[in-house]
Amino acid sequence: MDISLQNVEYRYQVNTPFERLAIKDVSIDIPSGTFLAIIGHTGSGKSTVLQHLNALLKPTEGQVLIGERKITPEKKQKNLKEIRQRVGIVFQFPEHQLFEETVEKDICFGPMNFGVSEEEAKKRARAAIGQVGLPLEILSKSPFDLSGGQMRRVAIAGVLAMEPDVIVLDEPTAGLDPRGRKEIMDMFYSLHGTRGLSTVLVTHSMEDASRYADQIVIMHNGEVYKKGTPKEIFSSPEGLLKLGLDVPEVVRFQLKMEKSLNIRLSKTCLTMDELTDEIAAVMKRGTAT
Amino acid sequence: MMDKMIFGRYVPAESVIHRMDPRSKLVLIFLFVCIVFLANNLLTYGLLTVYTFFMIALSKVPIRFIYTGLKPVLLLVIFTLFLHLFLTKEGEVLFRFGWITIYEEGLRQGIFISLRFFLLILMTSLLTLTTTPIEITDGLESLLNPLNKVKFPVHELALMMSISLRFIPTLMQETDKIMKAQTARGADFTSGPLKERVKAIIPLLIPLFVSSFKRAEELAVAMESRGYRGGEGRTKYRQLSWGLKDTAMFAMLAALSLVLILLRT
Repeated sequence: MDISLQNVEYRYQVNTPFERLAIKDVSIDIPSGTFLAIIGHTGSGKSTVLQHLNALLKPTEGQVLIGERKITPEKKQKNLKEIRQRVGIVFQFPEHQLFEETVEKDICFGPMNFGVSEEEAKKRARAAIGQVGLPLEILSKSPFDLSGGQMRRVAIAGVLAMEPDVIVLDEPTAGLDPRGRKEIMDMFYSLHGTRGLSTVLVTHSMEDASRYADQIVIMHNGEVYKKGTPKEIFSSPEGLLKLGLDVPEVVRFQLKMEKSLNIRLSKTCLTMDELTDEIAAVMKRGTAT
Repeated sequence: MMDKMIFGRYVPAESVIHRMDPRSKLVLIFLFVCIVFLANNLLTYGLLTVYTFFMIALSKVPIRFIYTGLKPVLLLVIFTLFLHLFLTKEGEVLFRFGWITIYEEGLRQGIFISLRFFLLILMTSLLTLTTTPIEITDGLESLLNPLNKVKFPVHELALMMSISLRFIPTLMQETDKIMKAQTARGADFTSGPLKERVKAIIPLLIPLFVSSFKRAEELAVAMESRGYRGGEGRTKYRQLSWGLKDTAMFAMLAALSLVLILLRT
């Protein structure tokens, strides 16, 4: 399902002394099957953009196209359930949304809200709990008896069980240990590949963005600062550094090396393998281009 | 939805009312609540209304903001009006339509009592709109200080108040966040029959309770690890000071009460 934001502006608390412009003139296209990363500082408007993707927020200016639906400021929207089912959002710290007595019931909450039968929902719960890498026994436990990392996975399973076409992740790995981070990101990446989902990842981590995404959007002060493929984005890292944003370690290494050896490699490398190949080539030739 | 709530919300601005001593604001509100009951005719109610709106003007809080914030309360005021309109059966009959009969006294009482109610709400919200929660509790603590002599835990009470006031906005944000998360999972809080809607609250309430307990525990640990141990001997960072404007406000209220006493029938 294609999603497209067109010149979207959003103001919080219109007509009060607290009115605040959160994002302005944001245009982003997310064709079906894209892995898009949205990067920016806290307060850059990432989370506001994200809430437009399943019509939790209605733009105050511009329009949002979600599949066939068109969300505009004027029209009152009805029957948003279909959108909510097709676009699943995993919010930051999703473990805060758990509430049922058992893990199984909590995972079934989403699907059953969308009219799936109890039997089918339970089947999906079993599948989802496997996808997030937890054992089946956990289904009968109370979600409040689990560890933080397990709760996170259960909450993610709750969204996966809705079987959305688009999955939106708001810093899904915040507060996890390095191993947990990698496992969860790898899981989302493989789901992205096998199920043909569109994935939108909001993150601070340049490493994750460069490793997984095919499109990157950089947000700054509520506007789109830059968008493109990881290669395009990181080939001119100076702008990013000026905004105080990080660049992936590999890119940083290459920059430093180029500067201190006063050479220039032929391309920007995003992975360690690429970089070593490039360096090896330079050493063989004896000079850099 | 939560955006428009104005209870317990502070609107920063530079105004006489904002800069007043919180103690004088508290006492003045208390006195105002008393003298509202002095009014009993058109003129006195008019005076009270003028006074209230004058105070709002002084505070520089945008009137439109107060209006949108008080809309839900306005419903209650209108309800009071109708209650009196239909249930008071005194004085001349003004209007009769089917089973509805409206008496003169009912109309009078309805208007006056709902106006009184409305003015009280306006003035008390003005207090929280122009005074930070910390100032309110500081003021309250200082006013209640004499009770310390009879072993009343004034400081603890003030602390309890400031903690609960402090966490209202946090709780609101949290509610908003969880509501959005559950809405994204297909929960519906805004439509459907009443029974369904009450049921829909459960996925909201339980996470809120869980996080509140967790937060309370964290706060207790944080306070203890910083060596907090109640009021005795604890110095204050913010000193309260009584100024000319406080005296002036008191004089104004005294004048108002005097006029009210003279004009009431």
